Amino acid sequence: MKTRKYMDKIFKAGIITFSILTIAPLFIILITLLKWGINALNLDLITRIQRPVGERGGALNSIVGTLIITTIATIIASPISILAGVYVAEFPDKLISKITAVSSRLIAGIPSIVIGIVVYLWCVKPMGGYSALAGSIALAIMMIPNIVTATAESIMMIPKDYREASRSLGANFTRTTLKVIIPFALPGILTGLLSSFSRIAGETAPLLFTSFGNPFLNLNILKPMSALPLLIYNYATSPYREWHQIAWGASLILILIVFLVSIISRLGVKKWKA
Amino acid sequence: MIKSFKGKTGEGGILPPFAFLKRNKSEDFIFIQILKASALLVSIVIFAFLVTLFLSSWPFVKTYGLRALVSRVWDPINESYGALPFIVTTILVSILALLLSIPFSLSVAFLTKTRNLSERVKDLLTTSLNLIAAIPSVIYGFWGLVALAPIMRILQLKLGYPPYGVGIMTAVLVLTIMIIPLSASIASEVMKLVPEELEEASYALGANTYETNLKVILPVAKSGILAGFLLSLGRALGETMAVTMVIGNFNNFPSNLFGPGNTIASLIANQFNEASGMHQSGLIFLGLVLFLITLIFNFTGNLLILRRVRK
Repeated sequence: MKTRKYMDKIFKAGIITFSILTIAPLFIILITLLKWGINALNLDLITRIQRPVGERGGALNSIVGTLIITTIATIIASPISILAGVYVAEFPDKLISKITAVSSRLIAGIPSIVIGIVVYLWCVKPMGGYSALAGSIALAIMMIPNIVTATAESIMMIPKDYREASRSLGANFTRTTLKVIIPFALPGILTGLLSSFSRIAGETAPLLFTSFGNPFLNLNILKPMSALPLLIYNYATSPYREWHQIAWGASLILILIVFLVSIISRLGVKKWKA
Repeated sequence: MIKSFKGKTGEGGILPPFAFLKRNKSEDFIFIQILKASALLVSIVIFAFLVTLFLSSWPFVKTYGLRALVSRVWDPINESYGALPFIVTTILVSILALLLSIPFSLSVAFLTKTRNLSERVKDLLTTSLNLIAAIPSVIYGFWGLVALAPIMRILQLKLGYPPYGVGIMTAVLVLTIMIIPLSASIASEVMKLVPEELEEASYALGANTYETNLKVILPVAKSGILAGFLLSLGRALGETMAVTMVIGNFNNFPSNLFGPGNTIASLIANQFNEASGMHQSGLIFLGLVLFLITLIFNFTGNLLILRRVRK
């Protein structure tokens, strides 16, 4: 009998210890980031572009690049994904809808480096050079699954009565969907958008062979463009202390963006489900 | 439809365009076609990826055949393309990371299932997990390089290995941290689906937490938990940036568990931009191999989850 009690105690202590160990890295990484990053957060970081070692440089071109690339990715991904999500929710029994649901789950599992290769073959090779647009397309593919799932799920949660009421008043399917269903599902859809945005903002691998990086401030989306993750990768793997400093500062900015967006989207989920 | 309107004319004797369709119906028809087209676009992505990768790796496969997968020397300058070291390292690193992550993800899942734990603690746990999942992989790599590698260096010295700091084990540790959230969240979702009655019956019969969790909840939830592990394995296999930064970029079999190596993904990340011709085609072929492997794990994992949810 005693062993049972001991086993129970060991088990409880075990799962608590392991759970604490699981979330410990979050705090360790955040503390490391703050320790190194706070010193690097200065005006240079956000007002200067990348410079060779020895000259005062910053991350302005990468910050601007990240904003441009992710915004365009969102613009490309959201209409297709939302419409596909509506189809999955409205016609769940159709074959295409089932394939779409499965496919979007599988897209979520594609290794990001493979997306980089494929978009390189689709865009960079035919267009004859790296471009921010290619980077946006690669990130847009990564955004699809979250938005499709969020749209489909939030539409399925809407009571049938709304749709029936709208149809009985004479509105056709199109009007019902656009004027009744989508407005009701909008908070859920936006949550999906935000969470997929926070997922792609930190992606590096799909950008390596597409947007490539650029030490200059570039606003032309048909030319190579830098992004925060690319800057962090290049500077972190360099041997220079000075560049490491900038990489820490850039990491801190990046993680603030990612956490902020993902926390907002989590709060959205809570409000929406309540 | 056009037939039934034949002979009828609109105002001024001319048939207005599309008048043969009722406005409501035509609107619906067009809208549904747009929806269908978007869905179709999403559903062909996987297929398009397969075709693209296959076509671009064909020159390589035609010249070197599939034996590139089992030969050992990777030396693009001398046109020797043996991918076995990378395939072995990829599988080794991913499986070690998965095995290491299992006790952690199961513990988290059990803890969120515990009844006498305040909601606030559970909330903190899930929020932390979500944030761990949200940290960009390049930051994991940077952290691994700067904070973890020195610790590994000390460990390597103690064990009598060359103190590189970076290497297989460093990559495994970083990967473990990165994949725990996925399997933990799936495991706890699946455990939530276990009927309360079973749990209550177990407690009512006098079983304690340990017995209820391991002998009642775990067996019922096992297929879903397995699915979570498969999905995490898929993610580990394809993880690129963090691994690239801490694995040491060494194009041969790692000499020991702490030694440097290269996974398929890190090899591609390191060499693709400089590669051309056959070298590039070879890297694309490895990308296809990686894609197929992860596709199998993801497909099986998702299938298990869908079946679980439907029950």
